[in-house]
Amino acid sequence: MGYVAVKGGTKAIQASVRMYKDKQHAKGFEIEVAHIKANMNQLINQIMSEASLYDRDLAALSILQAEGNMEEAVFLLRAHRSTLPRLYYSTVTNTRDMFVERRVSASFKDIPGGQILGASPDFTHRLLDDDQSFTGMHDEAVEASYTYSLDALPKVIDYLEQEGLFTKKPEDDNEPDDITKQTIEFPSSRSERLQSLTRGQTGAVTSLGYAEIRGYGYSSHPNIGEVRVGQQPMHIDPYDTGDAYYIGDIELTEVEAFMPADEDEMDDTGSTEKTFKIGYGLTFGQNETKAIAMSVLDYSLEHPVGNAATSDDEFVLLHIDSVESTGFISHLKLPHYVTFQSVLDRVRQTKGGDGQ
Amino acid sequence: MRQNYAFLDENSKKEIRRKTLKAISIPGYQVPFASRELPIARGWGTGGLQLTLSLIGQADILKVIDQGSDESVNAVNIRRLIQDTTGVTDTIHTDEATLIQSRHRIPEVPLKPYQILVLQVPLPEPLRPVEPSERITKQLHADKEYSGAWLRLFEQIMRYGSITDDADYPVLVGGRYVMAPSPIPRFDNPKLEGNDGLILLGAGREKKIYAVPPYTTVTSLAFLDHPFEVESFDDVTCRESGLTGVYMDELIDETTGETYYMTNDTSYMIEEMNKEGSVK
Amino acid sequence: MKTADNVALCVRNFSKHYGDGCAYCMDEDAVLDRNICPECGTIHACSDISFDLHKGEILGIVGESGSGKSTLMKMLYFDQEASSGEYHLADFLDGDRDVLKLSSRQKRQIRNEILGMVYQNPVYGLKMEFSAISNIAEKLIASGSRNVGDMTATGDHFLGKVNIPLNRKYEPPVNFSGGMQQRVQIAKALSNYPPVLLLDEVTTGLDLSVQADVLELIKEIQRELGISMIVVSHDLAIIRMLCDRTMVMLDGSVIESGITDQILEDPQHAYTQQLVYSIL
Repeated sequence: MGYVAVKGGTKAIQASVRMYKDKQHAKGFEIEVAHIKANMNQLINQIMSEASLYDRDLAALSILQAEGNMEEAVFLLRAHRSTLPRLYYSTVTNTRDMFVERRVSASFKDIPGGQILGASPDFTHRLLDDDQSFTGMHDEAVEASYTYSLDALPKVIDYLEQEGLFTKKPEDDNEPDDITKQTIEFPSSRSERLQSLTRGQTGAVTSLGYAEIRGYGYSSHPNIGEVRVGQQPMHIDPYDTGDAYYIGDIELTEVEAFMPADEDEMDDTGSTEKTFKIGYGLTFGQNETKAIAMSVLDYSLEHPVGNAATSDDEFVLLHIDSVESTGFISHLKLPHYVTFQSVLDRVRQTKGGDGQ
Repeated sequence: MRQNYAFLDENSKKEIRRKTLKAISIPGYQVPFASRELPIARGWGTGGLQLTLSLIGQADILKVIDQGSDESVNAVNIRRLIQDTTGVTDTIHTDEATLIQSRHRIPEVPLKPYQILVLQVPLPEPLRPVEPSERITKQLHADKEYSGAWLRLFEQIMRYGSITDDADYPVLVGGRYVMAPSPIPRFDNPKLEGNDGLILLGAGREKKIYAVPPYTTVTSLAFLDHPFEVESFDDVTCRESGLTGVYMDELIDETTGETYYMTNDTSYMIEEMNKEGSVK
Repeated sequence: MKTADNVALCVRNFSKHYGDGCAYCMDEDAVLDRNICPECGTIHACSDISFDLHKGEILGIVGESGSGKSTLMKMLYFDQEASSGEYHLADFLDGDRDVLKLSSRQKRQIRNEILGMVYQNPVYGLKMEFSAISNIAEKLIASGSRNVGDMTATGDHFLGKVNIPLNRKYEPPVNFSGGMQQRVQIAKALSNYPPVLLLDEVTTGLDLSVQADVLELIKEIQRELGISMIVVSHDLAIIRMLCDRTMVMLDGSVIESGITDQILEDPQHAYTQQLVYSIL
């Protein structure tokens, strides 16, 4: 009899999982987690950022287990994250204390502390290299010397502020919302937006940021005040004594994008002045494109324009999460026999049948 | 890696239980909760699963069904995760279970006072087809402004001569909140009302929990002169068991090419067939 | 306070300001720069407006853009919240309650059952993608009707009244001309026979011949149904044609009010004089 499709599900699943595992790694070519951790830094950065879990070892493990599939790797880490209690919040950290490894400004040629190109693929030629000279180990390490201390570099934004071209917002000491403990309610707070954006799918954040500046929102070219990548010291203060403990460094990418905009206040004559406003991006690991796109979206959600989708916090925040979008799209392949039977009933009804 | 009992950390479960209590206190109202990621994909039942995982104790007896079947691949997969992380006993017999997780069906056997039915929900907002924005739909619920939901049905009558909403047909709960019953067929809508047991609904991706407590009135939206209609299986008999008046799967006989019908709730069908003096 | 027997709607000391206000501009004798406070920049869109709308009359509100007349209408329809004042409706608990103090849900109910609104731009009053007949049904559903046959009959009646050919009733208004859209909006606003109808610049932007049709329609409906109406316009000719009594607004305040003919014959305020003589 034909009717076996939903019977024997247990056996079918066991067999399917076994086939998948058998197929996973070709014999004789196995790699280890350590190899991935040592060689796939950029992938690890991207996965940690989307998973919002900073752990290079687990990220490397997730890549191996997911056969390099980004969405699966992120999914594995996110699921793991759900099993961990949140024990502490880190204390407020200031990126002025970052040990900077790379830092560029697109706005000023000469910035206090200088441009620091650091390690970046930006100026490599994208030619497939079958000699694999890209893995070449140099005998001599590249050395550079700096006049400033790398853990106390001034920020480009200070320069604008001194000139009166940027007005710092009053400090907001409200406790940030935590989107992993309380779901976002709309209209969203800025802390909710920044958290969603930083864990957003790299491709989704980039695409929406692109749409925003290409013509469906701000429609103008932001100026990158500063992109900096470096090691950020983190502390916790478990007993709330004001005596924080250093727990280690994490690698961060930070972006401050300058957007020319009107001053909020009008003067007596009703005219206004131009000023700069800031879009902010911050990600785990070196994720420069995503951090820049994040800064664009932070700006667009903070300063909505007309009916642009990129100004709509519900539209942006509810659709950029990798686990949510891939999960819902992929669920479409699950059985829907019961609901489809119901659809058939209605379609037949409109065709004048008896609903069967 | 060693896993927690019922996978989630205890604080998360506590939060989900608190939100569940709130949902039971306000029948049909969608309570937002901080939905966690699970080892099963978003959209594959993570809302229902979080409810189950936060409620399940070692003494519980578990039944998981999908498309009316205990052996549907998704049901098997979810049951495996729950069992692997809790070790609880499972059953296919609806009456034996204390906790039933289901996708797309309410079992044919009525709920008992000791039972909780957990339904998996993909799209919890019944007003979403008429209003995309969450902050507006929230206001509409607060104002009990449901003209949009009715208007949708009215427009269908104008366009097609009859209401064309199929599964996930909206209901009014306790005379107050319009609710998406999850994609159960209309056939199951009447089973939402006046139960001895508790029905919980969980949407993981959309991060909402809601409930139909026992003995709550639940009515499907309809007009006085266009009453609510369930899927019709009037002249149809289950080929396997001879049952009538149950939700059926429509199948095609591979050899003859003929359409035939079979009871969708497979455990119910088997129980009926094993009874003394069954139809077949 | 309670509305008098012949009063349909009663407003006392209605104000709306954008900005927090300051000690200077919150004083009732404060001299403002038009409607802006010279001290703190707060905009006083409406200041201390009081009037009664009598049962069965058409009350006109005339003024240039920025005079506060549209803001006043929005407050009456709860599209905007008044900063202060009192608002009574004879058809809500005999005018016994200040409806500004009601919950959002009760205000919604008043909008749906007691008020009708016709906006200058039909986009705000219609669902452009739904059929014309469904648009009318929306108002009927909102005011409690659940009978499709009754609603289509009422819809046909009002569409006929506003001269929409019934063979186009299944078409969405997006396919219609501006004048037709406006007539559908009027039919919708009238369909549940609301005791009070609000009309905001309803003929602005229409061709002159279409304008005349719409105005004629409004007059005819008023005669036939005895609905109390408030008509807002910047155009004195329209006010003269429709309104029994008129209020003139300037910079957020009512500067003159009385019988329409009297205001047109013998305007007292310099601004009204300017307005009247400019059209003569």
